[in-house]
Amino acid sequence: MAGLFPALRRMRAIMVKEFTQLRRDKTTFAMIILIPVIQLLLFGYAINTDPKHLPTALLVRDHSVFSRSIVSALEESDYFKIIGSVRSRAQGELLLRQDAVQFVVTIPEHFGRDLVRGHRPELLIEADATDPVAIGSALEAVQGAAAGALGHDLTGPLAHLRATPSPVDVRVHRLYNPEGFTRYNIVPGLIAVILTMTGVMMTALAMTRERERGTMETLLAMPVHPLEVMAGKILPYVLIGYIQSFFIIFVAELLFNVPVLGSLWLLSASLVAFIACNLALGFTLSASAENQTQAIQMSIMVILPAILLSGFLFPFRGMPEWAQIVGSALPTTYFIRIARGILLKGNGLVEIWPNLWPLFVFMVVITLVSMKRYRRTLD
Amino acid sequence: MTAELAIDVSGLTKIYGGRAVVEGIDLQVPRGKIYGFVGANGSGKTTTIRMLCGLIKPDRGGGTCLGHDLLTESATIKAHLGYMTQKFSYWDDLSIRENLAFVADIFGLDRAKERVDTALERLGLTARAEQLVGTLSGGWRQRLALSAATLHEPEMLLLDEPTSGVDPKSRLEFWDEIHHLAADGITVLVSTHYMDETARCHEIIFMSEGHIITSGTAANVVAHAGLMTWAVTGGDLVALMEKLKPLSGVDTVAAFGDNLHVSGTDGAALENAIAPYKAEKIHQWREIPPTMEDVFIHYMAKTKGDG
Ligand SMILES: Nc1ncnc2c1ncn2[C@@H]1O[C@H](COP(=O)(O)OP(=O)(O)OP(=O)(O)O)[C@@H](O)[C@H]1O
Ligand SMILES: [Mg+2]
Repeated sequence: MAGLFPALRRMRAIMVKEFTQLRRDKTTFAMIILIPVIQLLLFGYAINTDPKHLPTALLVRDHSVFSRSIVSALEESDYFKIIGSVRSRAQGELLLRQDAVQFVVTIPEHFGRDLVRGHRPELLIEADATDPVAIGSALEAVQGAAAGALGHDLTGPLAHLRATPSPVDVRVHRLYNPEGFTRYNIVPGLIAVILTMTGVMMTALAMTRERERGTMETLLAMPVHPLEVMAGKILPYVLIGYIQSFFIIFVAELLFNVPVLGSLWLLSASLVAFIACNLALGFTLSASAENQTQAIQMSIMVILPAILLSGFLFPFRGMPEWAQIVGSALPTTYFIRIARGILLKGNGLVEIWPNLWPLFVFMVVITLVSMKRYRRTLD
Repeated sequence: MTAELAIDVSGLTKIYGGRAVVEGIDLQVPRGKIYGFVGANGSGKTTTIRMLCGLIKPDRGGGTCLGHDLLTESATIKAHLGYMTQKFSYWDDLSIRENLAFVADIFGLDRAKERVDTALERLGLTARAEQLVGTLSGGWRQRLALSAATLHEPEMLLLDEPTSGVDPKSRLEFWDEIHHLAADGITVLVSTHYMDETARCHEIIFMSEGHIITSGTAANVVAHAGLMTWAVTGGDLVALMEKLKPLSGVDTVAAFGDNLHVSGTDGAALENAIAPYKAEKIHQWREIPPTMEDVFIHYMAKTKGDG
C-alpha cells in the first residue's frame, strides 16, 4: 500500500468507488446487460426473417426453351412468385416504384442463342432493395436456380457449357439501396452503437451525479488531479465496454452464426480507442450538464446521429452528402467499418488503418477537450 | 508550518452575474484558533469559505492559506485542509467504511486501514461500519463528515454550518471535539446560525451582504455594537411589540418566549420612547446586557434599512 505511487492509488480509489456505486445501482447495472441483449434479439430476429414468395414480374424477350426453364426454376425456388409479365423496362420500373413487385426479371433477346454459343448471356434482376433484408435470400437463390435449371437442358454437345463459370451472367441491380444489408452487417454495427449509447450516457451520468448530489464539492476540495478523476471514472466503463462487446459477439455467434473471420485481438485493440472516444465524449458533456436529466438529453443528441448517420441503420453511401459529412465526424462511423471489416471480411491492420487513425485522432482531441472542460472549481 | 497566520487574505471578492456577493474580505486567523462565521442567509459565508479552500477563484484579492498562495498553490493547500460542506456531501451509496477508506486513499495516507478503524472507533460506528451512509440520521452524518474531514490530520478545518439540524447534546459534543482539535493546534473556521455557539469561538466574524461588518471576541462584538437592551415581561406582549416597533429610538423589538427584547443604539432616545409604557406599570421592565442574538438582529435590521 505504502509503495503504491500516490497518483495510481488515487485513481484506483476512484475506480473502486465507481465500481461499488455501480454494483449498488441496480437500474444502471441492468441497463448495461439488458440493452445489448434486447437490441441483439430485436435486430437479430427481425432481420433473420427469410421472406418467400416475393412478387415478381417478368420481362421475357426470348422465347427459347432455356428461358422457359429459367422461369420455371424461379417459380420452384419458393422465393419468387411470378405475378405477371411486362412489355417494357419502363413498365417494370413502374411496378417496382408502386411496390407492386419486389423484382423484375429480364431475360434479354437472343438469350437462348447466346447461351448456346457460350456467350454467357445476362439474366438481369432488378430488385427493390429499400428493404434489403427482404431480398437477400431470394437473390442468393437465383444463381443456383439458374444453373440448376439449365443443367437439364445443356446436354449432349452443349454439356461443356455447364462447366464453371456459370453459363449465365446473373446481374443483380439493387435499386434504391446500393449497399444491401445482411443480418451479419448488423452485429458489428450493434457493438458500435451499444458502446456509444452506454459509454456516452454512463460517463455523462457518472460525473453529473457527483455534481447533482453535491459530492463534487468534496471531490474538488480534495487533492486529486482532474486526469486522475477522469481516468478513475472512465476505466470501469472501459471494462464494461469490453464485456458488452464480447457478449454481443458471443451471443451473435451462438444465435445467428455470425462469422468471426478476423482477429479478436485486433478488434480489442481498436475497441480501446473507440471506447475511450465515447467515454471522453460523455465526460465532456457532463461538464456542461447541470443535472442528470440534462446529461441524458445531451447524450441523446450524440447517440441519435450515431445510430442514424453512422452507417448502422442506413448504408453510409446511400446517404445524402451532408449526412455523410456529419457521419464522418462521428467515431461510431469509423468503428462500424472497422468492426465489419475485422469480423466479416477478416481484415487486418493494413485494411482497417484508414478507419483506425481517425479514431485515434478523435480520442486525443476529445480527451483534451474534456480535460479542459472539467471544472477544477465550482465556478 | 512556519507561517504564524493560518489564513491571511485581503480584498477577497467574488462576483456572480455582475453582482459582488462577497466583497473586500480581509481576514487574519492565527493558528490554533477557532473563528466563527456568522451572518444572515446569503451573506456570503459559504462563498468566502469556498474561496479559502480553492474551490472557487476570487475575482479580486488574494493572500495565503497555511502559508501557501491562494491563487497558485491551491493543490498544496487542499492537501492540508479539511473541508466540511454545508450540505452533507459524502457518498450515500457507499458504506461508512468505504467513504473513509476512499478519503484515506485520495489523501495518500499511510496505515490507511488502521486510521479508518481508529476513526470508526472514535465515532462509535465500528459495529455499523458496513451500513450505507444514505441510511444514517442527520447527527451521525455530521459526525461522519467531521471524521472524514479530519482523517488526514489537516492543519486547518473549514466547517460550513456543521451543526445545522443537529440536536443540542450532539452539538455540545461536536463543539467539544472542535476544541480538542484546536488544542492540538488545528485552526478552525466554522460558520453557524446558532448564536450560542459564538461564545465557543475565540473570535467571531460577522458578515452581512458580502462584507465583514464587525469581528472580534464575542464579548467585544456585543460591546462594539453599542446596544442598550430592555427585557419586558407580563401583560399582552404582542400588542406592546406592535406599539413599540414604529417608535424612534427603538431599533428592534424581538420576542423571546415570555419576554420581549427592546433594543436601540441611542440609549437616551430609547428611554424616552419607552418611558410612557413603563409608566403604565402593566409590564415589568428590566435593563439587561444585550445578547449576541440581539446584536445579530440589530445588524440584520440595520442592513435591511440601508438596502
Ligand atoms: N454559483 C452561484 N451563482 C450565482 N450566485 C451565487 C452562487 N453561489 C452563491 N451565490 C449567491 O451568493 C450569495 C451568497 O451566498 P452564500 O452561499 O455564500 O451565502 P451564505 O452566507 O453561505 O448563506 P447561508 O447561510 O444561507 O448558507 C447568495 O446571494 C447566493 O445567491
Ligand atoms: Mg452557506
